[in-house]
Amino acid sequence: MTPAIELTNVSKIYRRYGGRQFATLKSALLQRSILRTLQPSETFSALTNVSFTVPKGSTYGVVGPNGSGKSTALKLVAGITKPTSGTVRVQGRISALIELGAGFHPEISGRENVFINGIMLGLTKREITERFDEIVDFAELTEFIDAPVKTYSSGMYMRLGFAVAIHVNPDVLLVDEVLAVGDEAFTHKCLDKFAEFRRRGKTILLVTHSLSLVERFCDEAIWLDSGVARAHGDPTRVVSEYLMAVEASEEHLMETTTAKAVAAAEEETAPQPQVDPNQPPENMFQASEGRWGAREVEITDVTLLDLEGKPSFVFHSGDPMSIHLKVRAAKPNDDVVFGIGIFSAEGVCCYGTNTFVEEINPARLAGDGEATFAIEGLDLVEGTYKLDVAVHRRDGAPYDYHRLLYTFRVKSRTHDAGIYRPRHTWRFSPSLTFPAGEK
Amino acid sequence: MFANLANLLRYRGLIQSLVARDLKARYRGSVLGFFWSFVNPLLLLLVYSFVFSTVMPNKTEGIQPYALFMFCGILPWTWFSASLSEATNSLISGGNLIKKVLFPAEILPIVSVLANMVNFFLGLVILVPSLIYFHKLHLSFDLLWFPATVLVQLVFTLALGLILSALAVHFRDIRDLLFNILTLWFFATPIIYYWRQDNVQKYKHVFDLNPFTHIAITYQEVLFFGQVGHGPWLLALGAASILLFLAGYWFFDRLRDSFAEAV
Repeated sequence: MTPAIELTNVSKIYRRYGGRQFATLKSALLQRSILRTLQPSETFSALTNVSFTVPKGSTYGVVGPNGSGKSTALKLVAGITKPTSGTVRVQGRISALIELGAGFHPEISGRENVFINGIMLGLTKREITERFDEIVDFAELTEFIDAPVKTYSSGMYMRLGFAVAIHVNPDVLLVDEVLAVGDEAFTHKCLDKFAEFRRRGKTILLVTHSLSLVERFCDEAIWLDSGVARAHGDPTRVVSEYLMAVEASEEHLMETTTAKAVAAAEEETAPQPQVDPNQPPENMFQASEGRWGAREVEITDVTLLDLEGKPSFVFHSGDPMSIHLKVRAAKPNDDVVFGIGIFSAEGVCCYGTNTFVEEINPARLAGDGEATFAIEGLDLVEGTYKLDVAVHRRDGAPYDYHRLLYTFRVKSRTHDAGIYRPRHTWRFSPSLTFPAGEK
Repeated sequence: MFANLANLLRYRGLIQSLVARDLKARYRGSVLGFFWSFVNPLLLLLVYSFVFSTVMPNKTEGIQPYALFMFCGILPWTWFSASLSEATNSLISGGNLIKKVLFPAEILPIVSVLANMVNFFLGLVILVPSLIYFHKLHLSFDLLWFPATVLVQLVFTLALGLILSALAVHFRDIRDLLFNILTLWFFATPIIYYWRQDNVQKYKHVFDLNPFTHIAITYQEVLFFGQVGHGPWLLALGAASILLFLAGYWFFDRLRDSFAEAV
């Protein structure tokens, strides 16, 4: 099959900051170039050696974090910028949904803007006249089409821009994260329109952060990271590889957050901010972040372990998690209680317990010791959580209370609400039927 | 470069509608609207008439009414100077288009020049009846110099507009510099004074170096004096303007790829 879009070893280098780019007269004459060649320190590589091919009639997804070069790739395909090296080949008429309504003039009416925008996108006046009603209808702006565009709301503006761009009837449609344009109903309409494009054998290049859209919609996908293609091919595989990488980087983030919090608490122990560490508030759950207590017994290490027993900061909902504590008693102690508290990002206590309330009473701790709080299944919904760990007296007075020092993240592919996810299944009577293979 | 130049023809529909949009948008929201295109030059003509007949009367033999004489040069100058200042700004203010839409950038300065040309033509609607009223306009073959002058001015302005707009993307200073240069240029051109004056003729060689001198003089000869003696100068300037335009277009073309990033 002939490719509609073909990128071969494409690199794009941008200038890092504005400033003089002009050559001196002498070097201009010598190099026969008005623009100066840039030093490597002045450049930023938005894309490095990226190659991909989009067969005619297929839908191709581009995923990646912000700043990974997705939009640059799209602009190269659209021809708005030229690659620094490599070749970009596109066959057929392109319409780019990059910035909607980019050419609108605020002072003149929607009607006139539709014409000018259409001509800019490559339509003739006749073609626009023929499609005018359809465009206005699609944008749901029949009432306001003769009002100046400056009176439009941002939603109306975007809808009109989208409507014009999509009625250009392109062979290749480039879409950059524009589905967030309108309300739910309009988004559905846009998706229907894309589906129609697919049916008619048009090629779509889709840049989006909506991974489910890529999985559902695309025939193939590419994952860009810092301008490098990390994976391409089957969208489900690409998306899951991408998600794994996101997890790894989130893990790193949690690790630094925790390390910073612990370090900060460590520094603060000498001059405690408002309260004397030996006089903590009545209810520790209202204490501020930090480390409390006089350290007769000290928590020397806190590790979160995943199902394989590896230290981690990112967990999947429902997977096991254990909190491993190392403690050291300065002198033998017979009044030791271990406590754990899990808090949501908003500060809601999800769960709190200690060995005393569970009637587990260690008789004596001398020197070093370890305690593990093992959770069989972490039945929390997706989100970031904070952790309290403590050793304290039976009367609640802390030896060493680590308040909100540890951060971990729970990931889930189900977008359910709340905090707690009870283990559950759905059962149905036989009168409910399901598509084959789905339940 | 020539492929791009030819490509421009395909975009004439777009140029046309952008010029129309510019003109429409200019007076949108004002009470007189489009009439400002006539009212502006009319008021200007009245102000000059008042100043040069009452405040500081100029009674030079053969160039009466003096205000009308000046107006023959001021009208094309307004086209020229407004075109250049708008063209210089055009790529910067149209940055959104260059960055987001596939679109030949030279259209923007070209539209600035053409929109101001239309305004110039509308100004003629005030000028021509005044000339006829004072029996200045004579029907003769010399009138053919008028479209020739317009054409030369158009090519010359387009050439400068392309160069300035491309440079302004990289050197924003040009916008401020241009304003001052245009003021100086205006007074260095025989528009509000008569070029046959002794103290102008003394420095004739210097004045001849100013391209707009020849454009202004030809307009005055065609419209006001009814007899053209400056034709050869104008034709030479026309030829030079075509070369300048090609050079300007080449320059613009070389910088084209830098616009989307530098704007």
